[in-house]
Amino acid sequence: MRLHFEPRPTPSFAMQVLAPVAALGLTVAVGCVLFALLDLDPIETLRIFFVRPLSSANGVSEWLLKASPLILIGLGLAVGFRANVWNIGAEGMFVIGAICACGPALAFGEGGHVWLLPLMALAGAAGGVAWAAVPAFLRVRFNANEILVTLMLNYVAILLLGWLVRGPWRDPYGFNYPQTAIFGPSALFDPLVGGYRVNTSIFITLAVVAAAWVFIQWSFAGYRMTVGGAAPAAARFAGFRESRAIWLGLLIGGGCAGLAGMMEAAGPLGQLSPTISPGYGFAAIIVAFIGRLHPFGIVLGGLLLSLLYMGGESAQIMLKLPAALTRTFQGMLLFFLLAADFMIYYRPRLAGRR
Amino acid sequence: MDVAIAIVTGTVIAATPLLFAAMGELVVERSGVLNLGIEGMMLIGAVTAFSLSFAGYPAPVAVLAAVAAGAASSLLFGVLALTLLANQYAAGIALAILGGGLSGFLGRNFGAAPIEPVGPIHVPVLSEVPIIGPVLFGYDPMVYLALVLFGAVWWVLYRTRAGLVIRIIGENPQAAHDIGYKVIPIRYATVVFGGAMAGLGGAYLALAYTPLWVENMTSGRGWIALALVVFASWRPLRVLLGALLFGGVNILQFHAQSQGIGVPSEFLSALPYLATILVLVLISRNRRMQKVNFPASLAKPFRPGH
Repeated sequence: MRLHFEPRPTPSFAMQVLAPVAALGLTVAVGCVLFALLDLDPIETLRIFFVRPLSSANGVSEWLLKASPLILIGLGLAVGFRANVWNIGAEGMFVIGAICACGPALAFGEGGHVWLLPLMALAGAAGGVAWAAVPAFLRVRFNANEILVTLMLNYVAILLLGWLVRGPWRDPYGFNYPQTAIFGPSALFDPLVGGYRVNTSIFITLAVVAAAWVFIQWSFAGYRMTVGGAAPAAARFAGFRESRAIWLGLLIGGGCAGLAGMMEAAGPLGQLSPTISPGYGFAAIIVAFIGRLHPFGIVLGGLLLSLLYMGGESAQIMLKLPAALTRTFQGMLLFFLLAADFMIYYRPRLAGRR
Repeated sequence: MDVAIAIVTGTVIAATPLLFAAMGELVVERSGVLNLGIEGMMLIGAVTAFSLSFAGYPAPVAVLAAVAAGAASSLLFGVLALTLLANQYAAGIALAILGGGLSGFLGRNFGAAPIEPVGPIHVPVLSEVPIIGPVLFGYDPMVYLALVLFGAVWWVLYRTRAGLVIRIIGENPQAAHDIGYKVIPIRYATVVFGGAMAGLGGAYLALAYTPLWVENMTSGRGWIALALVVFASWRPLRVLLGALLFGGVNILQFHAQSQGIGVPSEFLSALPYLATILVLVLISRNRRMQKVNFPASLAKPFRPGH
């Protein structure tokens, strides 16, 4: 008897749903081995990673606060990934969104206006869209690979932020620290519940979840993009233009990431400094895949990756483990997910020896 | 004159890690596989080489270990992309993220501790000749290793049967399979070679270029190596040219920063990334030229017998 795999007649829906669960299980299993190698009690470490962060109201607030940008960026990326547009520049678009939102906030200073926050949101999203327009234009017009262009622009965006907070935007009363002045109250989202950091910007994310669901599931533009990604030849035959999908995929991704950057600046940060993202733009790629590129799945994926971030912080404080451990787990999660996805298209069969 | 010599030698040194990684990826891509995870493999190579050197092992041991670590990490990609037929873009991105995280984790205790760098060779007489001495005979051994490997890759790809098979597989895996070549094992071999070369590139960064461990010390060189392969239109000689070009941009901005020419350092630091984009645009706009050596099966999963 010999085990072999044969293609399934149709992709398995059950495996679509089970693959992320299996990936999480495998990541935790390898994590336990890693903890044991570090002379840590695996069960206790898992408790510190996954239970301790959520065992207080403040923990839940932080969980939602971190999940919100991950979900928002993941939604935008998923629209592109569905059309085979490989945007790995969300990190840069997030940073540009925060920068563009910071402009009006600094201009108003302590004084404020009811329209300041909407203006900042608009500026953040527009900044992300503009940053994403560069790779879209270069891809459509010059055939330049969007993966490499979006990635290179991440570095450029982070350097631009570094220059702004060390140079023209440095807080004159900030003791020479590389950071901007703290935003005035009208440039900040209100807390959802007094005393906790989670804020009203979470409603923006929820609205975008609904909008993304409508776009992907119900709109013709969304349908055209999905066909273009899954079957490019069929899409061309039907007259769906590839360039349109590239533009839409990248611009929507940029808009969402830019908005997320604005929400971070006008939320937990309240000012800009050289590093404003703990890698949300990259983690959101994993969120999109874990969520099966579906809006509701992405919500769950965002909650999971947010929990991983918090677990990593908790392990940093309690066990002195480095922050890079979080990224190791993120990478493992995507790795095992892609491995488990094999079972969507193939099924095991036992065959007799011939 | 001294500045000119420093710029030339600096360019060669800055080009070396790119040359290692890009020549490896060139072979991988010529066999029809796209591994986007170079950045991760380079970092794993770098942290491996650094930790062994830090522990007191001689440089050749550290370099060999980095080669092994790079190759091993590429196998993770290989299993996903070749055996489990995963999307190669996603699998490469997974490797890039995993390599970045894992290397940061493994290097957590190094702080900014320096190591003894791999120093330049000294050829009696020749190294002392003015100008020619430093420009031709004043590098560390790994620079020469990179050039030797460059020649070897060119020779294998274009002058041997193995190279022909690799190119056929990249062009049409089904046909290669039909005439009896084992597509998947051969692709595994090219992927592992690519990983070993990325490991070498990482080792060069950690042992010679900046002999200390900094998290994410490759700062995008793995991605620039990918761009170099596109820039080169999948031809070895142009990979060498591209690596020198990028090494040059890097060194020029570095010199400009140290001279203080009144431009903010962040703008100069952004130059290599902007140059990559510019070069990609200039090369990619000529679609016809890009097609000549483009491996037709690039990034398409292949399952024998189906």
